[in-house]
Amino acid sequence: MHEAKAGETRSETRAPESGAELGEFADQEFVPIQLTVNGRRVRQLVEARLLLSDFLRGTLGLTGTHVGCEHGVCGACTVMVDGVSARSCLMLAAQTDGCTVQTVEGLGSMQAMSPLQQAFQQCHGLQCGFCTPGMLITATDMLANDHPADEAAVREGLSGNLCRCTGYQHIVQAVMQVAMQGDAVASKGAVNAAVNEVQS
Amino acid sequence: MKPPRFAYERATSVQAALQRLASHGPDIKLLAGGQSLMPMLNFRLLRPLLLLDINHLAELQQLQLLDDGTLRLGALLRHQQVLKAPQVQQHWPVMAAALAQIGHLAIRNRGTLGGSLSHADPAAEWPLLALLLQARLHLASAEGSRCIEAAEFITGAMSTALQPQELLTAVDFPALASGHGWGFAEHARRSGDFAIAAAGVLLWAEAGRITQVRIAVGGGVEGACRVPGAEAALLGCPLGMRPEDAVLQRVLDALRASVQPNVDLHASAALRAQIMAAMLRQALLAAWARLPGTGGTDQRSGSHA
Repeated sequence: MHEAKAGETRSETRAPESGAELGEFADQEFVPIQLTVNGRRVRQLVEARLLLSDFLRGTLGLTGTHVGCEHGVCGACTVMVDGVSARSCLMLAAQTDGCTVQTVEGLGSMQAMSPLQQAFQQCHGLQCGFCTPGMLITATDMLANDHPADEAAVREGLSGNLCRCTGYQHIVQAVMQVAMQGDAVASKGAVNAAVNEVQS
Repeated sequence: MKPPRFAYERATSVQAALQRLASHGPDIKLLAGGQSLMPMLNFRLLRPLLLLDINHLAELQQLQLLDDGTLRLGALLRHQQVLKAPQVQQHWPVMAAALAQIGHLAIRNRGTLGGSLSHADPAAEWPLLALLLQARLHLASAEGSRCIEAAEFITGAMSTALQPQELLTAVDFPALASGHGWGFAEHARRSGDFAIAAAGVLLWAEAGRITQVRIAVGGGVEGACRVPGAEAALLGCPLGMRPEDAVLQRVLDALRASVQPNVDLHASAALRAQIMAAMLRQALLAAWARLPGTGGTDQRSGSHA
């Protein structure tokens, strides 16, 4: 939390010293949550203002979810919430009580990558890797729920994820490879299986 | 960028939410999809004491086709849910075409109808659709509920008739008389960006002439609006392969005369006026081609135009 330096009086974003400023809502500044992340049950008391992205990275140590713009534009922090993609910088951790969250760590492992992760590796679908987690999650949602019919649809589907290496060609190729192989079905199965696994 | 401190509460019923709003309305921001509210909090443009999370109010998530053909949408329906609904795809194609232009999949998965209308961003698709489709909005408060027309609800850019103690619960879209032609066109710098300008057109014809017209555009300083002058310019026009050039010119002149274009980093007034006119022209030609009896063959044209 930001703390005003001694003698600093002009900071407008200085955090209040105590919960008193929230008046009668002061006892609602911390929220107990219980959710499932990558198949693992998690219980935590979180500050109401804690972003889901910061909860995943800072509290749970799942640093695969990357934080770029923090206002929903870059797509790097995209995760799956209850089976569909969402920007984790535009959700509060407090909102995910009762939810099932899947991050890039939940897509596969080094030993058993998802078909999409394998395609990214084969097609050189990453350079610096910063946008990759968001690309993978977005493409997973797209392949499972939005069924891109052609390359134009894949490009449209990825347009909410920015790659500043501008390595889009190979990313599109990787997603196309999975879409064309009919692995879209397998990919959907994987998501459903993950959701079912944690719900059961 | 992190949000300022606030308290969080999950509303358990509409009644409970209305009670909270009645006692503390001005201190509260309602959290629906959060796709506009959360960036504003991250930028610290807002400092509510309490975020009241209404995401779990199942009463606000229903999509119903009423007996008279009205489509009643719960305010908490996500853009993607409405876009994919078979009733919408079948009976409100103009709505489906416009919703497909909202942000990206991850945004459409979260953002809600009620949130977008209450936020009333001048570049947003829902306010334009609500005006074009003459929607009626249901507003509830602890003291009762009221139903108002979209044109009364949207009072300007980022400004609505919603009171601090009120909650938008549902939106009614009256049935469209059959046989209409529709068109929607939007231009943004990149796919999913805020629109620089957009236009929606609905046309009806009888006995070879245009009998009813609705035109709404986005990109004006006051946000989305209807353009009565442009509508009037089309009434009574004879159907043919396409509208006569003189008619088209009168429509675009009326647009220019009545809608003052917004100015921002992305477009000057002159550029935006030109793009707005181009979008209206595209939407109008698409609507015209879809009218029965105009010889339009490509029923799909203009769906992404």
